[in-house]
Amino acid sequence: MLASLLIVFREVIEAGLIIGIVLAATRSVARRSLWVGLGIAGGIAGACIVAGFAEQLAGLFQGSGQELFNAAILSVAVLMLAWHNVWMAGHGKQMANEMRQMGAEVSLGHKTLTALAVVVGVAVLREGSEVVLFLYGIAAQGGQSTASLLTGGGLGLLAGAAVSALMYFGLLTIPARRMFSVTSGLITLLAAGMASQAVLFLQQGGYFEFMTSTLWDTSWLLPESGITGRMLHTLIGYTDAPNGAQLIAYILTLVTIRLLMRLVHGRKSLPDALATSTS
Amino acid sequence: MKALKYLMICVAVVLSASAASSADEGAIPLSLKGHKFAPAEIHVKANMPNVLALTNADDTAEEFDSTSLKVEKVVASHSSGNVRLRPLAPGRYPFMGEYHADTAQGVVIAE
Repeated sequence: MLASLLIVFREVIEAGLIIGIVLAATRSVARRSLWVGLGIAGGIAGACIVAGFAEQLAGLFQGSGQELFNAAILSVAVLMLAWHNVWMAGHGKQMANEMRQMGAEVSLGHKTLTALAVVVGVAVLREGSEVVLFLYGIAAQGGQSTASLLTGGGLGLLAGAAVSALMYFGLLTIPARRMFSVTSGLITLLAAGMASQAVLFLQQGGYFEFMTSTLWDTSWLLPESGITGRMLHTLIGYTDAPNGAQLIAYILTLVTIRLLMRLVHGRKSLPDALATSTS
Repeated sequence: MKALKYLMICVAVVLSASAASSADEGAIPLSLKGHKFAPAEIHVKANMPNVLALTNADDTAEEFDSTSLKVEKVVASHSSGNVRLRPLAPGRYPFMGEYHADTAQGVVIAE
């Protein structure tokens, strides 16, 4: 039971952390629970479909379908995170003003909520399909240990949800005025980590086979297989033995998002300042 | 701007798809039966890329998982898949079938 608990927990921890961050980033946004809920539901449905067609999916693109699929959905998540951050950089100030005036929830554009719902969906889908395959395997094998293994799996899911809650309530302790910079920083790092992982999947699929040599190895210090390493892997894209292409993707994503945010923020700040002074 | 960048990457990926298949020649066979890997010890040449051709003969899916090799790959029941290994520095790289980690264990030795 403990073994299956740990396996499921390992798989859902990533989605748990991401959901926690998204919930914190959309704090005081109207109807965000609905969108995050839709993302989770869509992700679970997608996970079942992906698990059901695992064999067919793997067979696509000369046997690299799985890697290509993972790289593709990670890239979608990176785009969505980037877009959310850039949008927020442009509209965040205006939103903060509205919030102060109304003292209540604001209606954030549906577009950026959709983007975050997609991110949640992708996170659930990626790890969820592996959980589904694992639990299905247990159920299919039968035997007397099935019930206890499934119980372990269920507890693992609960533990993942607890991580999500911890992340969320932890972030809530940050003062509201600093919240935006913290969550947008976290989202930028999430995106950079996902981009570097997408590159790794492309390399595993046999594409992008350059700069694959390991740059450095810190597995002796902080192994990626441990819980701390794994959490840092999700949060900031930590990897104990990165290769050149991964590092480039990471830095490129980081710099691109920050530049776009600054660009949009600079453009918007003047009219925003005028709006505040005249109102 | 960013969308364009990704579009270009996608195009590059599709274009290189044909090139990717050539890497499968000289793959090292690896099978999984009764939730055990055979051979459980694989010797590869260090500092060059290698490919493992994994065949899952079991009735359940398995995830080939190795943090040291940086590989996570699901192989459905009664099907096969290629596991690409990056050029490895000499050393031992353990791997496992994550869904049956108590029996499905193996190691890649680069030398």
